[in-house]
Amino acid sequence: MALLQISEPGKSTLPHEHRLAVGIDLGTTNSLIASVISGKATILEDEEGSRMMPSIVHYDEKQIFVGVEAEKRQVQGPEDTIASAKRLMGKGLMDIRPEDFTVSLEDSAGNIAIHTKQGLKSPVEVSAALLKRLKELGEKRLGGEIMGAVITVPAYFDDAQRQATKDAAKIAGINVLRLINEPTAAAVAYGLDKKVEGNFVIYDLGGGTFDISILRLENGLFEVMATHGDSALGGDDFDHLIEQWMISDFDTPMPNIKTKQLIKNLSRKIKEGLTEKSEIAVNQSFDGLGTIKKTLTREKFASLSADLTNKTITCIKQALHDADLTPKDITGVVMVGGSTRMPIIQVAVEQFIGMPLLNNIDPDEVVALGAAEQANILAGNTNNELLLLDVIPLSLGIETMGDIVERIIPRNSTLPVAMGQEFTTYQDGQTGIVIHVVQGERDLVKDCRSLGKFTLKGIPPMVAGAAKIRVTFQVDTDGLLSVKAKELSTGIESSIEVKPSYGLEDHQIQQMLASSFSSAEEDKESRALAEIRVDGQQIIAMIESALEQDKNLLNPNEIDHIHVRVHELTKALATSDRALIEEKTKLLNEATAAFAAKRMDHSISKALTGKTINTLEF
Amino acid sequence: MAITLTKKAATRVEKYLESRGKGVGLKLAVKTTGCSGMAYVLEFSDEIPAEDHVFESYGIKIMVDPKSLIYIDGTELDFAREGLNEGFQFNNPNVKDSCGCGESFTV
Repeated sequence: MALLQISEPGKSTLPHEHRLAVGIDLGTTNSLIASVISGKATILEDEEGSRMMPSIVHYDEKQIFVGVEAEKRQVQGPEDTIASAKRLMGKGLMDIRPEDFTVSLEDSAGNIAIHTKQGLKSPVEVSAALLKRLKELGEKRLGGEIMGAVITVPAYFDDAQRQATKDAAKIAGINVLRLINEPTAAAVAYGLDKKVEGNFVIYDLGGGTFDISILRLENGLFEVMATHGDSALGGDDFDHLIEQWMISDFDTPMPNIKTKQLIKNLSRKIKEGLTEKSEIAVNQSFDGLGTIKKTLTREKFASLSADLTNKTITCIKQALHDADLTPKDITGVVMVGGSTRMPIIQVAVEQFIGMPLLNNIDPDEVVALGAAEQANILAGNTNNELLLLDVIPLSLGIETMGDIVERIIPRNSTLPVAMGQEFTTYQDGQTGIVIHVVQGERDLVKDCRSLGKFTLKGIPPMVAGAAKIRVTFQVDTDGLLSVKAKELSTGIESSIEVKPSYGLEDHQIQQMLASSFSSAEEDKESRALAEIRVDGQQIIAMIESALEQDKNLLNPNEIDHIHVRVHELTKALATSDRALIEEKTKLLNEATAAFAAKRMDHSISKALTGKTINTLEF
Repeated sequence: MAITLTKKAATRVEKYLESRGKGVGLKLAVKTTGCSGMAYVLEFSDEIPAEDHVFESYGIKIMVDPKSLIYIDGTELDFAREGLNEGFQFNNPNVKDSCGCGESFTV
């Protein structure tokens, strides 16, 4: 028996066509997968009930261990266990510090290769192993195939790092609906995307990394204004301070690794305990060290860690400065990462910005939950949010000869976007060109929506097809379209600005989309007919201009014959009979083949006349 | 006859409705499709359509249009768990045969 989930009104899918979509937080330390189940973003737990998977992969001779299984093998085989592979994504050996890793790394054509018992592995393959594991878990948990995923990446990830992440997903067999920035996902989880506008600080303090992002929301679209952070600052540093405090009364160094590890674990427990309690008492003896009997209060911990806390505040200041903002301009602060549970952090950030924090969603899970919500929207499972503001709902293009639409920007392209194409003149000596901007999915201009027209004038007279006119479409984040046409030899240009969505209601967009599907066959036919018509007209124009120039090459009979064929094709063009036009075009081509050959000979002999072999250049 | 929920299903629906923040109840229906004739529709409902039959079970309103009711009258909606997967299940007395997946059925 299949288990069903509750859909949004009108969004039930057909059997076996569920659009299962997930959000994946592929983290440096831990990774999570989430999905919207019956309208609620939910973390998908594994068989053991764990909500987080350590981002660790262990290779032995035969097998690949992922997550907890890899973590278990980390102590015995650190040289075959890869943790923090995310730090290697899209990087070269020069960009990183190999000593930070327990595995041995080498350069492989500018990329990093990791030595394992199964040969060299790339960071992309390691990430793919993690993603694959998450995908399997997701499919087990959701009871079906996952159609797509939104994967989060740090806001500062460059194109190479983003591409590497996409490649990893591809290897794992995951269809990436979109990569979104981790801070954006966190903001989405808090529903900030439903506000009209605002500036948000996303404070992300994880186990080993610290990131600050300033996001600007405008018309439902987040823009990263500034990022700052410290890739070597995290919860572990706070643990270390407590360790120092505990052993500060002893002069002796740590007697052994086991004691060191015990104290380390205890330090973490104390830190976590201080989230709930105002003080924690320690009374425990350690082998070779003695008894530790001390009490750590929140106040003491705050003073111990003041330097670290201040460091993070300085990062906020720097990021605000980069974004040209002050704390007064901030409309919300989102707390991300397990370490933001520490009250000392909450107090410090709250005091600095001067407003209550958004912290009621589990900071470890908030990114994955936001990604799941985005995935659900992108998969088309929601009602009201089907049309995202940050994609183009309908294709944009221009009219070309024969009333055909040439698509420049396909629908669903993400904003901002710029695309261009080269066009040419249709007639000899043509000095102007009309750019007619249209919107829609249909192939003929009359079935699309006209957005505007403008003329590019002053093209130098040339033969048809010689002029190069570059038409560029650009849509900014507000959805504003600017179209520019530029003649490349002279540099003359002309442009227009329109708002494509202006006056279009969602249901109209839906209608336009639906009609493009239902008329697909008809459109195919119309386009083919229009194209063959343009071809025919062009051939007639060419022949007429050739006859004018080189009439003397033909005898009257031959000229008559061509005229007859031209006349036949002209008549055929007036009909909608594709086969007839095709046939008459072919006949005209045949009738003029000899003429074309003669013209070619003639122009070659003209070019050769009066030249000796020595002056010819080959 | 009527449409009912099990206690477990009702608790879940209540939770989902609460987190969704709006909605008057559940909409149950069938549509003619699928590998075995008909398929179930399970949706949140934001309104009570005038022509629909409205049932109530454990405080949850269930809307069913008259055409669908013929095929699902007497159904009990349960919430079940299979391995890691969990979800709603139609216990429909009208079903003669269902496809292997249980997502579609014939009466």
